[in-house]
Amino acid sequence: MTDIRYLAPSTLDEAVRAFAAASGAARILAGGTDLLVQMRAGIAKPGTIIDIKKIPELTAIEDLGGGAYRIGAAVSGAVLAEHPTFRKAWPGVLEAVNLIGSKQVQGRASPGGNLCNGSPAGDSVPAMVAAGAVVTIQGPNGRRDLPVEKVPAGPGRTTLAPGEIVVAFTLPQRPKGSGDAYLRMIPRTEMDIAVVGMGVNLTMEGGVVKAARVGLGAVAPTVLLVEDAAKALIGTKLDDAALEAAAAACRAACKPINDKRGTIAYRIKVAGVLLKRTAAIAARRAGGN
Amino acid sequence: MNDMTNKWIGQRTIRPDGADKVTGRAQYSADFAMPGMIHAKMLRSPHAHARIRGIDTSKAEALPGVKAVVTAKDVVDFPLDKSVMLGIQDMRWMCRNVMAREKALFHGHPVAAVAAINEEVAAAACALIEVDYEVLPHVIEIEDAIKPDAPILHEWNKFEGKPSNIAGTMVLKTGDVEKGFAEADVVIERTFTSRPVHQGYIEPHACTVSYAADGRVTIWSSSQGQFMVRAMTSLLTGVPQSNIRAIPAEIGGGFGAKTIVYLEPIAVLLSKKSGRPVKMVMTRDEVQRATGPAPGSLSTVKIGARKDGTIVAAQGTFYLQAGALPGSPLRGPVGCSFAAYAIPNVLSVGYDVVSNRSKVAAYRAPGAPLGAFATECVLDEIAEKLGLDPLEMRLKNSAKAGDKAIYGPVFGEVTFKETVESILHHPHYKAPLDKNPSPGVKRGRGVASGFWYNAGGESSVQVNITEDGNVVVTTGHPDVGGSRASIANVVAELLGIDHSRVSVLIGDTMTIGFSNLTGGSRVTFASAMVATASTEKVIGQLKERAGKIWGIDAEAIKWEDGMALPAGDNAGKFPPLSLKELAAKANEMGGPIGTQVQLNTTGADPGFATHCVDVEVDVDLGIVRVLRYTAAQDVGRALHPGYVEGQIQGGVVQGIGWALSEEYLYDKNGRVDNASFLDYRMPVCSDVPMIDPVVIEIPNPKHPQGVRGVGEAPIVPPLAAIANAVHDALGKRFYALPMSPPRVSERLEQP
Repeated sequence: MTDIRYLAPSTLDEAVRAFAAASGAARILAGGTDLLVQMRAGIAKPGTIIDIKKIPELTAIEDLGGGAYRIGAAVSGAVLAEHPTFRKAWPGVLEAVNLIGSKQVQGRASPGGNLCNGSPAGDSVPAMVAAGAVVTIQGPNGRRDLPVEKVPAGPGRTTLAPGEIVVAFTLPQRPKGSGDAYLRMIPRTEMDIAVVGMGVNLTMEGGVVKAARVGLGAVAPTVLLVEDAAKALIGTKLDDAALEAAAAACRAACKPINDKRGTIAYRIKVAGVLLKRTAAIAARRAGGN
Repeated sequence: MNDMTNKWIGQRTIRPDGADKVTGRAQYSADFAMPGMIHAKMLRSPHAHARIRGIDTSKAEALPGVKAVVTAKDVVDFPLDKSVMLGIQDMRWMCRNVMAREKALFHGHPVAAVAAINEEVAAAACALIEVDYEVLPHVIEIEDAIKPDAPILHEWNKFEGKPSNIAGTMVLKTGDVEKGFAEADVVIERTFTSRPVHQGYIEPHACTVSYAADGRVTIWSSSQGQFMVRAMTSLLTGVPQSNIRAIPAEIGGGFGAKTIVYLEPIAVLLSKKSGRPVKMVMTRDEVQRATGPAPGSLSTVKIGARKDGTIVAAQGTFYLQAGALPGSPLRGPVGCSFAAYAIPNVLSVGYDVVSNRSKVAAYRAPGAPLGAFATECVLDEIAEKLGLDPLEMRLKNSAKAGDKAIYGPVFGEVTFKETVESILHHPHYKAPLDKNPSPGVKRGRGVASGFWYNAGGESSVQVNITEDGNVVVTTGHPDVGGSRASIANVVAELLGIDHSRVSVLIGDTMTIGFSNLTGGSRVTFASAMVATASTEKVIGQLKERAGKIWGIDAEAIKWEDGMALPAGDNAGKFPPLSLKELAAKANEMGGPIGTQVQLNTTGADPGFATHCVDVEVDVDLGIVRVLRYTAAQDVGRALHPGYVEGQIQGGVVQGIGWALSEEYLYDKNGRVDNASFLDYRMPVCSDVPMIDPVVIEIPNPKHPQGVRGVGEAPIVPPLAAIANAVHDALGKRFYALPMSPPRVSERLEQP
């Protein structure tokens, strides 16, 4: 039997040092809802596991005011759901994070893990992209910030340098009249993986879209920021023509594969449908803010 | 014995296995352990189709920690030219299914097994086994397998004089279909396809086996028949049945697929070679790749009717996927599809088609749902064309008592009409349905019926009175659907004692007489019959004992409310003797009280079911959801209504998965691409509404409590009922399952 070292450092510096020292043989453990499954399936065989949940910064949620939040990378979905103000501020991000796995998995699964797993179908990622989240990363060469959409590099891969650990997500301030939403298409109602995931974040003023961001998952090697879809929405009242133009932009952005979870044609079609539905929810929420 | 005054029969008594299951104490097959036990893994074929030119196990055997290696040469060979049957299983195919012999016939087919000090070493040793494969072209789908130039799995198998993948046929015929169709005002012929679906039991196959130094074998495993485990293991290993003790574990679902063995004979051979107890546990991946499933189908059904809806002719052609070795359940669609209807001219033909996928196993009403899918959809189309209510049309054509069934016997009772009428008059069928509730959402309602043979067969039981005057009942059937709870109700009723005083357990092959498999909706029927006979004998013994004590004739004694009483004033006046009092005096009055009854039970009348379903379609996404489902079935007598309802609900939910979401996906190399519960999409709880069972109780006159089988019939109608409902919602007919979102979406874009 292979021995596995388990480390649970209480500071980020220790974690980074241990991670760098293991030179590729270590894996970061947040909730473990991907890592442990991969280990049981024999896909991941780490020599060292570095549990980051003992590091206070990684499990903290900070209300920075004005709608801005800082969420530790290892905060679980269940803990985020219990936060007194976050639900109202970023309902789309929260519903996306809360779609990672089942109720039981929610006690563990974290947005940091979801991002670093590198799956194009990770539920929290399109919502974070739509939200304009910035990821704080710490590594052997110090700390840096990166827009969340720059982290995934392809299925199972990220742009993180060796030894780098995702520390936190910062969601920006946003004006009154903003709202976000996340929808995914799954064949079942639960316990499934997104065939398409759609995050939309809107700022409305007098019924007109002032700002928009669209994050699209499971239709390309990485989660996409669909700027053309956002452009098609900005300055409109979300009339049918604007929604159709944004849907068309989403369809055009898709570079999906045929696989066991969906066909190319179906995924492209669904991306357009979900854009319209998600934008409608985000707009409703923006109106309510 | 079967009325409203019953105290226990028909009650929702606490299930005997409940406490153990909810507290995690129930012993499933993977829960057994023995001192010195080692662990085994299978090496499985990485190819869908390959000739095995040689296997070199020397490196694996040399690996430290490895205790035994087994290949096909260790398994008893059943030569191809002579069929050896055990029930419906041909041992020529079973010996090749448990371990590939001449060829690896599907991806995941076992080619060798290793037992070692732990699973990791066993897996490492498997990787050291060198198999010399000659990779051959493979074929997965029925359409491809029956093409003239298809890769042939079994060169020795001939059909119409040529090597073929058609390994068998079945034909049932009555009247003259050509003449019948000529008399019809409307004839509709359609072709349907469906995909193989897995039984989806939660508990993977597992066993622990001890081959002792004296050649005696003990097997702990979960199955639908410990006697089947004993017999198949004996045939495949050469160990006599009298040396095999097969102990049934609690079973975490079987649905038919645990009526054959996969691991037990191999574990016996490994235990014999190593001299150690051996445990083998499949992973979910192995279960999905190499066990079950139910067959996929390619069916053409043609039905002709007169304007008034009278069916005058029906023809069915059913190609079923057998998997890698012959033996698909042809009698399901061929015999059941038209059985509920009185049709003068019928031709029903089945073809057994082999291809490079795992060998099919029984699944709830094996094959019948596939036939009903085609038949009940065509009937719906005919009713639509003739402007008839589809249920009225079924009523009009119902088979009647005295009709000769297409599969042979003359029907006694036929209670099909009652199931149709029950839906026809149900609030569900009468409830208005808003077909366009909101933009992009459509709703529809569909109905369909189903038939299953039901069965009796061999059953053994012991009823023993304990010294303290309570009752232990031992049956020979694994309990997959509430048979223990049902038998406890029957025995408590007959003895007139409190239910809590009856314990029912399942004996192993050395403690109870031969009992056939739990399957075919037979066990509650059969075991209630033998338990009744046995309990009545015990009551006879109790009366004799009372007679001895009182010095009167046993005939002058009656048994009531758990006590012996003089039958009338002429018998004399004696205070009643309770079961406890009689038990306390058992030894001085003639010895222990108890009996065993063994019967080949008969009189299982067929099961009929009619279902009604409302669906909602998300048109843009192609998602079909079931909103409401009502399932009517004649169960004869619900000994334990909770279990009866559970059987109906379970069958329906499995049918919903079959209709909407479940399918095997293969890659271009012939490998299953979705061998997990994540991507093999069975419905989860939130996918289905509460299924409303309508339990009709028309007692079976040939059974002491009136029981008919319950478990199979409810999975027969759902595929067609849902397809008919989707048609009602969308105005388009679906001839292929599953109606998954991409397929529905694609179909909606077609004209």
